[in-house]
Amino acid sequence: MSGHHSSSEIAVRVRRLEERLIGAGLTSDDQLDTIIGRVSSGSPANGARAVARAWVDPAFRERLLADGNEALEELGFSMSRGPQPQRFTVVENTPSRHNVLVCTLCSCYPISLLGPSPSWYKSEAYRARVVREPRAVLAEFGLELPADSEIVVHDTSAESRHMVLPMRPEGTAGLGEAELAALVTREGLIGTAAV
Amino acid sequence: MSEPRFAVGDRVRTRTVDPPHHTRLPRYARGQVGEVVEVQGRWPLADDRAQGFPDARVEPVYTIRFSATDLWGPPGGHWVQVELWESYLEVVP
Repeated sequence: MSGHHSSSEIAVRVRRLEERLIGAGLTSDDQLDTIIGRVSSGSPANGARAVARAWVDPAFRERLLADGNEALEELGFSMSRGPQPQRFTVVENTPSRHNVLVCTLCSCYPISLLGPSPSWYKSEAYRARVVREPRAVLAEFGLELPADSEIVVHDTSAESRHMVLPMRPEGTAGLGEAELAALVTREGLIGTAAV
Repeated sequence: MSEPRFAVGDRVRTRTVDPPHHTRLPRYARGQVGEVVEVQGRWPLADDRAQGFPDARVEPVYTIRFSATDLWGPPGGHWVQVELWESYLEVVP
């Protein structure tokens, strides 16, 4: 935990909750440290690496779309380090089809691939509206889609986690994998932006 | 363990339940007809886990695709895919 907020109200509440849970034998310091370590090791840079590899390596792209969990292992990532293994799927944007992710019930999100989720992802406004009027919500993010493009909203309501494979931007034919990865944003991986 | 009851392409209706406990069937997707687009595998039923049942039922989970028009009325124009445990679903006659 960051030391800057140790006396804030939320930090005090968290500390008390930790003490009660540990006191009741429901968890331990070690277990909490493991979870916090897992969460803080996640970063959109991980997802970006997978995307860049898929852009330069068509065979990897096929494997990533066919079985996200197995393809991730090739990059040294895993979706099996949480309390129970999660199924990982990658949904591909095309000129005629755009994908966007949400968890309407809470805030399910592929933390190991994308890091902690942005606060707007957890907001009631985003969760309520994107399933109902995604085109309007995406426009507010600055993403204007062609009127005839199909939009698929993925509500992460069970034990799968998803990532969007954005379209490779025009004019990037000469770029290497690391340069391509640097272009990929967190919003691109959620589907609220193009890359 | 029984085979999944539904297959890709099947039309299913979600239940119109309002249980007094946690469930992962979103309210907006209750009593709606959609199409199975993927059979994901099997997981312990979230409703049972949330209630602390030691022997939570393990059920197939499906990706169900709903048309926005069915969920929200016109103008529609998009799809919503929701991931649902088998006991949330009924056969569409």
